[in-house]
Amino acid sequence: MTTLISRIRITALLCSISFSSLSALAGETKDAGGGGAMENRIEIKDFAFNPQTLKVKSGEKITWVNRDEEPHTIVSVEKQFKKSSALDTDQEFTITAGAPGTYTYFCSVHPKMTGTIVVEK
Amino acid sequence: MSDYISHDHEHDGIDRRGFLKCMAWAGTGVLWTVSGGVLASKTLAEIAKTGTPLPATDLSFLQISDSHIGFNKDANKDVTETFKIALDRINAMPTPPSFLIHTGDITQLSKPEEFDTFDQVLKSCRTKDVFYVPGEHDVLNDGGKLYRERYLKSVEAKGSGWYSFNKNGVHFIGLVNVLDLQAGGLGQLGDEQLEWLEADVKGLGADTPVVVFAHIPLWTVYPQWGWGTSDSERALGYLKRFGSVTVLNGHIHQVLQKVEGNVTFHTAMSTAFPQPAPGTAPSPGPMKVPAEKLRSLLGLTNVEYKQGKTALAIIDSNLS
Repeated sequence: MTTLISRIRITALLCSISFSSLSALAGETKDAGGGGAMENRIEIKDFAFNPQTLKVKSGEKITWVNRDEEPHTIVSVEKQFKKSSALDTDQEFTITAGAPGTYTYFCSVHPKMTGTIVVEK
Repeated sequence: MSDYISHDHEHDGIDRRGFLKCMAWAGTGVLWTVSGGVLASKTLAEIAKTGTPLPATDLSFLQISDSHIGFNKDANKDVTETFKIALDRINAMPTPPSFLIHTGDITQLSKPEEFDTFDQVLKSCRTKDVFYVPGEHDVLNDGGKLYRERYLKSVEAKGSGWYSFNKNGVHFIGLVNVLDLQAGGLGQLGDEQLEWLEADVKGLGADTPVVVFAHIPLWTVYPQWGWGTSDSERALGYLKRFGSVTVLNGHIHQVLQKVEGNVTFHTAMSTAFPQPAPGTAPSPGPMKVPAEKLRSLLGLTNVEYKQGKTALAIIDSNLS
């Protein structure tokens, strides 16, 4: 098991090749409602981020929405963007993509849940 | 799905399938007695029918877990009420427990008002002594600061909240495995806590009964759902020389038990909502069951110790 975890950690490190940070301009948590751009949404459902890997353009917004009955968080593995507070059911968290690169994140409450954002120019 | 060999301290090749065969899934009150590693059980109904009295004990305490005050979804719209019912059951016991152990997830979202409600309701319990360890739901936004101030001051907890104490010759150890979790990983104790644990048990005689309690199971129940602790083997290594070790956990909201050498691992029911058995659903999380079935899947765990006996008797009872 230790080996498996180490492998995941190493993979996570390798993925985080960019030292630039995603700008957490918005970094806001709110209840899901109408409005807002529908693209670049990551749904949290059944203890998983969907899609698990999301490609966005620099400057675009990324929004997570929690559809589980469990609270979840979004935390950058390499602390490259501001972490969310615990999102309750139907709550959202939004950040703005910064410099191009690959960013890995996880849920600090359920660390088995991991995801990746690839920011392109 | 491939089989997953997790803890194999005994090098006996027990894998997940083997574990599933020997684990206990109990929805009704069951008395577990363990002698020489042999597990025997009697339901509380059987005991009531035969009139067999429970043996006299030197110490009995009660484990309560996963209250999730603040949760209000379909799986249980009134978790405060079921928590109250659990306390009523404790108050109705002919011999009250010496103390309670709460193995975490007092609240759903770590909100001060949720802790307030818990504390308020708990006042109705006749047993006043309570020992706590946090669940991940109790430390969501502040790294456990509020939790420590409320529940760990009187025990002079070390580090992120671990501590030990002695009662009637039994050594109790409360551990924290819900903080500073790593991406892709499981529950975690961390080096500082493990070093403390090694020193804490160093001076104890091997015949001292040891009870360890923590939120996330200290055995690998189902790693795919994060139901395990990555460095628990090191902790168990420090406890290997003891003749009787009882490990009490919460987190998974169901009774599972495994005996490995002198170590009995046991998880408790929640007082709030059940979760699916390992691998039987797309994910863990609150499980909705028919209303009339809910209370049969919520409950408490009573633990009794009699001096001179090697193992502690563990009795689970539901809220039906």
